[in-house]
Amino acid sequence: MKSVLRVACSRAHLQEVRDFVRNYLDSRQLSEVVVNQVVLAVDEVVANFIIHANGEDETQFLDLTLAIDEHDLNVEIADNGDTIFLPGPHQSPDLRAYIQQGRKGGMGMALVNRLMDRVEFFTRGNHTVCHLSKHLA
Amino acid sequence: MKVTAQPSADTLTLLLDGELDASSAIVLDTELAKPDILNFRKVLIDCAKLSYISSAGLGVFISHLQRFQDANVKLVFFNMQEKVFNVFEILGLDALMTIVPSATEAEAA
Repeated sequence: MKSVLRVACSRAHLQEVRDFVRNYLDSRQLSEVVVNQVVLAVDEVVANFIIHANGEDETQFLDLTLAIDEHDLNVEIADNGDTIFLPGPHQSPDLRAYIQQGRKGGMGMALVNRLMDRVEFFTRGNHTVCHLSKHLA
Repeated sequence: MKVTAQPSADTLTLLLDGELDASSAIVLDTELAKPDILNFRKVLIDCAKLSYISSAGLGVFISHLQRFQDANVKLVFFNMQEKVFNVFEILGLDALMTIVPSATEAEAA
């Protein structure tokens, strides 16, 4: 079963995105920790698209699609904005340095890469799409 | 996200209630950025009602940690839900921050 959601590019919609993912996984009898991991990964990618790719322009929107195939959860987050947003190669953040520098950002994609089994960003036409997948035991 | 401050002698306890994300992190950041907070010896973060944290929320704590350490203010988290602790653990922040199970242990830390 597939479930879709369209949200405008405002961080005020992040709660709606998380509730959408939680509701979708609600019937799967997963642990709270696993549900939270998926919710967090989707939230991080959506927040990146909203803030960094679209500059919180509420006239732009994202389309989210959730689907479960056997035991694999597949998430598609499609950015309808025209800015191509492809995160660079994954690097582990140096947290001790971040603390010393008083740095606030730079951990989101590291989290996503650790939470999900597969993370892919690619272009479709002049839009950016992110695919996430995770095996649900 | 609601942050309630409970000052008591040399300790400030902040009760976090709700979900800490890129939208709500500013509420906590404002609280931790107050200059008076450095007058306390300890800042205890009660996470019992913190049901979610994203990298934006973690970033708020990370961004103030060095300032707290420089002022000899100890930052201690307690009552953390398993799913929230898991996020600290995945990044390795559990090794860099003081996280204890209960209020009693937080007061003793």
